[in-house]
Amino acid sequence: MIDSAAPIARFWFEFRQSQIACVALLIIVLIAALALLSPWIAPQNPYDLATLVLMDARRPPGHVGAGGYVYWLGTDAQGRDLLSAILYGLRISVQIGLAAGAVAFVVGATLGTTAAFLGGRVEMLIMRFIDLQLSFPAILLALVLSALLGQGKVQIIIALVTAQYAYFARTAHGAASAERAKEYVEAALSTPLPSHKVIFRHILPNCLPPLIVVATVQVANSIALEATLSFLGLGLPVTEPSLGTLIANGFQYMLSGRYWISIYPGVALIVLIVAINLVGDQIRDQLNPRLRR
Amino acid sequence: MTARLLEVRHLATHFFTRAGVVKAVDDVSFDLEVGEVIGLVGESGSGKSMTGYSLLGLIDPPGRIVQGSIKLKGQELVGLPQEALRKLRGRRIAMVFQDPMTTLNPVLTIADQIHLAINAHERVSTATARQRAVDVLTRVGLPDADRRLDAYPHEFSGGMRQRVAIAIALLHRPDVIIADEPTTALDVSIQAQILAEMKSLVRDLGMALIWISHDLAVVSAMASRILVMYGGRIVESGPTASVLRDPRHHYTRGLLNSLPSRAAPGQPLTQISGLPPSLGALPPGCAFHPRCPRADAICLTAPETTGHERRDWRCHHPLTAVSA
Amino acid sequence: MSEVSRSSEVFVTVEGISRRFVPHVSLGDRIAAALGSPLEQRAVRAVEDVSLSVRRGEVLGLVGESGSGKSTLGRMICGILVPSAGLVRIDGESVMSGGRRPRKTTTRVQMIFQDPYASLDPRMRIGDTIAEGPIAHGLVSKADSLAYVQHWLRRVGLDPDAAPRYPHQFSGGQRQRIAIARALAMKPDVLVCDEPVASLDVSIQAQILNLFLALRQELSLTMLFISHHLGVVRHVSDRVAIMYLGRIVEIGTADAVYTDPQHPYTQALLASVPQLVLEDDKMVSFKPIPGELPSPMAPPPGCHFHLRCTFAQARCRVEPPVLRPAGAQAAACHFAGELQFTR
Repeated sequence: MIDSAAPIARFWFEFRQSQIACVALLIIVLIAALALLSPWIAPQNPYDLATLVLMDARRPPGHVGAGGYVYWLGTDAQGRDLLSAILYGLRISVQIGLAAGAVAFVVGATLGTTAAFLGGRVEMLIMRFIDLQLSFPAILLALVLSALLGQGKVQIIIALVTAQYAYFARTAHGAASAERAKEYVEAALSTPLPSHKVIFRHILPNCLPPLIVVATVQVANSIALEATLSFLGLGLPVTEPSLGTLIANGFQYMLSGRYWISIYPGVALIVLIVAINLVGDQIRDQLNPRLRR
Repeated sequence: MTARLLEVRHLATHFFTRAGVVKAVDDVSFDLEVGEVIGLVGESGSGKSMTGYSLLGLIDPPGRIVQGSIKLKGQELVGLPQEALRKLRGRRIAMVFQDPMTTLNPVLTIADQIHLAINAHERVSTATARQRAVDVLTRVGLPDADRRLDAYPHEFSGGMRQRVAIAIALLHRPDVIIADEPTTALDVSIQAQILAEMKSLVRDLGMALIWISHDLAVVSAMASRILVMYGGRIVESGPTASVLRDPRHHYTRGLLNSLPSRAAPGQPLTQISGLPPSLGALPPGCAFHPRCPRADAICLTAPETTGHERRDWRCHHPLTAVSA
Repeated sequence: MSEVSRSSEVFVTVEGISRRFVPHVSLGDRIAAALGSPLEQRAVRAVEDVSLSVRRGEVLGLVGESGSGKSTLGRMICGILVPSAGLVRIDGESVMSGGRRPRKTTTRVQMIFQDPYASLDPRMRIGDTIAEGPIAHGLVSKADSLAYVQHWLRRVGLDPDAAPRYPHQFSGGQRQRIAIARALAMKPDVLVCDEPVASLDVSIQAQILNLFLALRQELSLTMLFISHHLGVVRHVSDRVAIMYLGRIVEIGTADAVYTDPQHPYTQALLASVPQLVLEDDKMVSFKPIPGELPSPMAPPPGCHFHLRCTFAQARCRVEPPVLRPAGAQAAACHFAGELQFTR
């Protein structure tokens, strides 16, 4: 071997070969930065009811408001500046998507690898339960749970994690079962190392490639699912409008020509989800040995 | 006077990868006569398998034959279009691989595979194909061939699968069979069966055989002539027993001394130090010089093939003959 | 023979050990069984009632073809696999703990695996791979671990500065050295080597065999050397055990077993190994053992070898032979000591 680079450096080198993925990654970084910095860069605080001017409600993009202020993307039914609302909405969507994805990753990967490592009855119980859960659509589970738990950030994260950890568990179990049979695991067992070290230091790191692919897809799915729930009025309260809430709010004005209230948050949502999926595709291609040149 | 069957001259197969040019086969020349068995010996990455693939025209991009000629009964094979090569493969040159599952299709019965292999070059009825399959399988020592024809490859043991692969190679009575480590994956007792079978096949059918292997003992029992490869080149060749008794190249001697049977039990083996070079980054001159005890400045230039009396070697400081 | 101080003290004892692998029974089959359809139990008896002992400082070679159970036996001695019956003691100490989830209890026996490409964690720096066990078992502190790793890398003939590299940056032979360093860093008394040179090229194989011979002398290791390669086993072993379908058919000093085999299988196996031919125009005839290796799922009754044995009698088809003294060694054949092999 000529290259002395660590696996991460090699991965990054290959990633840069794909222009589409690089652009998508740039978009994600940009959106994430905008979302996280929104309290400082947004022209208006859409949650501060005092700043809302009802006179400026439902104004088209480019409208100059009462305070001489330009609403670049128009305003919604409450007179909120849509650009600010989208930035704040993105912030919530990204937060929830990342949090739900991360928790589901940890829970699912731990369950899946542990099941594969222990084998026998424990494995059968865990995996059959997960199979059972996977036979229900994720949206259905999330709907029922958020209806039961009520509105709020923590509640919706719990609902999303419950609906999605099973995908991580399934993937982790498949990868870990293959790794479990390899000689390096036998070597660790013959040292002997305690089970938790074998699972978390040896098996899990080697299962990461497929899990990272699932993670990118599931973060995008979490964001979409949260938007769906909010659109249906089950996700976040109206006082904390996420992208889904914004789309729902504008939906009734679509046919009356005030398209911008729904369309712009929708565009933001689509761009974010497509960008994440494009990066996910590139990672999947890179980690799939069959597609290697 | 035996007829010259295969004439390979200055054959070079290179792979053009992003990391650089991999010289898998470099300036390889040898002859094969009708009914002759030659052994092609080398360690992994010596280019021995790639030499076999080059003869069959099985080099895929980014690799290609960059130089040299391969003449089969006077017909030049280098530069032939793929279609013409495909017609030759199986009919005039056949190959047996280390893992028979690479040749056998797991979802077809043995009878179907043999029928397909026959159909690749001639049209025959199912009944005729079946009869030929039974004949050829019996020939390679598969008992009860008629009944086993309808089995799938996975129902066979490794040794039986290799017999089927050899049977398929024999179907069209090719002029040359190239066998790439055909017994390496088999157990000792099964390997002996296959070796005995191949030996009698070659004798009875008068086929020529190129036996590619890393196992000097197997080659010494099978082949009348041996070619030792290192770093993509043939470094020594000649009659097998003569080469193994009296190696001229330091690599051949090192390889022989690495065999456990060469030292008293428990005593250290005379090892070759260092690692075999990568074909993508060969040392200049003689590829063996970094590991050679006799190397000096002149070894930085590539030695030409020299020799006498059917013995050839590629070394600036050949060992002198020890036995009379 | 080498000058290793070898006491007569028995160090490793294996007492009547067996291992059965029961294939997984699917839920459908279980339901069918509950409804009265007979459940076909096809357990593989990988190792059947094997007993042996190894003296301190001795190298025992374990030879067999595929399905002989040699790797399974090695894994039980190392404590990776739980025996179905019997036990393994090292210096009187049991290797496995009992209980509902039996696990390995000793660090005194370590293992080296066949495939150096699979036996090293590809995502761990080799220094961490070597240091992990010793740190976990308190052989070295985390602070001193780098020096400890470098010591062992040097000991197995590698560059001590290679510790922060990853396995993919090494060749097969170098990886096997790393695996040896990992096992030795645990300061074992017993080393189980499962085909440690089978996947290596001839010139590299010689380097690794020399390393084994040197380390064995320096560290006075007791070794179990598992291989299908008769020549390699002869070279490194003091005593040799030949296995066939889960049973030991012959065991004795390497000299006795190789020069004067008493079991027909040993004799035939030795005869089927190709020898280097150094005479011009010598016609080599192979003397293969007839027939296939039977499946370990359904080994023949009586003596497992009787189907392929040219000396088999009616008795061999029913009565399994036991190991008994024959010549200078012990062989499990009803007619051991009475057979005349044509050589």
